[in-house]
Amino acid sequence: MSTQTTPTPSDTSVAAPEPRGRKGRLPGWAPAATFLAAAVVCLLFEAFTDFNLALAVVYTVVLGTIAVYLLSRSVEGPRQAVDRLVTCLVGSAFAIAMVPLVALVWTVVGRGVTRLDGEFFGSSLVGIVGEGGGAYHAIMGTLIITLLTTLISVPIGLLTAIYLVEYGRGRLKRSITFFVDVMTGIPSIVAGLFAFALFALFFGPGIRLGIMGAVALSVLMIPVVVRSAEEVLKLVPNELREASYALGVPKWRTIVKVVIPTSIAGLGTGVTLAIARVVGETAPLLITLGITNGTNLNPFDSRMATLPVYAFYQLTQPGVPPQFAIDRAWTAALLLIILVMGLNVVARLISRFFAPKTGR
Amino acid sequence: MAKRIEVSDLNIYYGNFRAVEGVNVSIEPRSITALIGPSGCGKSTFLRSINRMHEVIPGARVEGKVVMDGVDLYGADADPVDVRRQIGMVFQRPNPFPTMSIYDNVAAGMRLNNKRMKKADLDDLVERSLKGANLWNEVKDRLDRPGSGLSGGQQQRLCIARAIAVEPDVLLMDEPCSALDPISTLAIEDLMTQLKERFTIVIVTHNMQQAARVSESTGFFNLNGVGQPGRLIEFNPTEKIFSNPEQKATEDYISGRFG
Repeated sequence: MSTQTTPTPSDTSVAAPEPRGRKGRLPGWAPAATFLAAAVVCLLFEAFTDFNLALAVVYTVVLGTIAVYLLSRSVEGPRQAVDRLVTCLVGSAFAIAMVPLVALVWTVVGRGVTRLDGEFFGSSLVGIVGEGGGAYHAIMGTLIITLLTTLISVPIGLLTAIYLVEYGRGRLKRSITFFVDVMTGIPSIVAGLFAFALFALFFGPGIRLGIMGAVALSVLMIPVVVRSAEEVLKLVPNELREASYALGVPKWRTIVKVVIPTSIAGLGTGVTLAIARVVGETAPLLITLGITNGTNLNPFDSRMATLPVYAFYQLTQPGVPPQFAIDRAWTAALLLIILVMGLNVVARLISRFFAPKTGR
Repeated sequence: MAKRIEVSDLNIYYGNFRAVEGVNVSIEPRSITALIGPSGCGKSTFLRSINRMHEVIPGARVEGKVVMDGVDLYGADADPVDVRRQIGMVFQRPNPFPTMSIYDNVAAGMRLNNKRMKKADLDDLVERSLKGANLWNEVKDRLDRPGSGLSGGQQQRLCIARAIAVEPDVLLMDEPCSALDPISTLAIEDLMTQLKERFTIVIVTHNMQQAARVSESTGFFNLNGVGQPGRLIEFNPTEKIFSNPEQKATEDYISGRFG
């Protein structure tokens, strides 16, 4: 009795072993402080040898990661230490992935912004040899060609996806799926050559038309639309189709009024991303459209300029002095990036605003 | 309005697999017929073959006759879409259309079939259907809200309202209460008792008390073993099935000795 009422401290610790998580915890600022210390060490080291900032950063990351791991292992135990190690690795991987993106945006914005002015949007290259000039003809060309491509690709792609999901059976469905997959992998230059050869059959060699570019881009865009639309349509629960059939609604009307409205957000997003995918294509347009200095808004008549091809020619055949044309090329590149980014934003907005409301 | 359904020598297949064989049954108008039996015995398959929903599944087909008031539903000139307009269905899981409001869900049968109706008539129909499904008082102030915002029991009653809004002759219910709590279940059972004044109701249920409570006739499905087709073992008035069944298998099942 007396032994039970007066247990020694060692007794209690045996009866209730310390929980494993009760080991020490590093304070929240510890990893940051460790990396800071590592940075200081590495900068000092680099300062005494040949100074190289990139190497210093690499050394800092390696040294800091190792230091955090060892510190955590000694204070917090092996499991927490592994957690911190992996956190460091994931962070580093993210940083490495961001480097090219940030560098690219930085360079393009920095160089492109010099000619981002009214003249660039307002005028073409007619009669321009040196300074000034713009990309009005190329901007309009890109918009027209992209619009035409969308008009060709979206109906074909959507209908194909509807066939595959709602009607397709057996061998035909499998072969269509297979060939769509093959088309996804077609190099863009091949698509351009295809359109070139196709139109050369009818109009003779050397033909350049806006519609040729749209056909070439459609070859690239259709499989993307089919794929994304197919995935989205598959997500529509079968119960909704059955609910509609059970009301005596024919199949085609079920597809038009139930399946497509339910998946409209995903379809819109998919189409927008597919447009973003083809809007920057250069190689097929290089072959099929060529380039021109003047404004041509008719895709069924002779050459048209587009932003990617415009940037290509301004950079490769700048004229004398070259700097003005190179500036225009960077601005065209910046415009393309803005265009693609805008399309991605539009895709996000579509998926947000058209998603079925839950009402809660 | 309510109609009698005569089923004779019905065999139901999934591809080459015979899921249900040799069903002969006569379903009375203005009554509730319950179908009970262990899982996988073909109750739902049989139910879905009554309004030709079975053939929606690839490879599924049916042999035999389902005759509603003298018309063979599987006859050469029968259109499955017309059949489904006459025979409505409520599913196991509530499935309101997520893109539509409560109002539009109830009006879906009319809207999706492009029936032109005056706004006042449609309002009237929606109100009548929702009242018929005992849901009007709960949703009358938020008809423009999405149907998916309702509770599970309310959603199921919304689906019933949607099904009765097209004024079918027969209402098929595939375990309509299996996802619901006892209070919602009671609400739906009360509703069925009211609806049988106007409709012929066939309900599949795993809940034998429910079958005993609501139905006039009960059919017991069973199968001899895995991979064997399901059969209709016994079809009798509910009282007889639950007090003095003809078949030993029925007695074993309802007394809980198997299944």
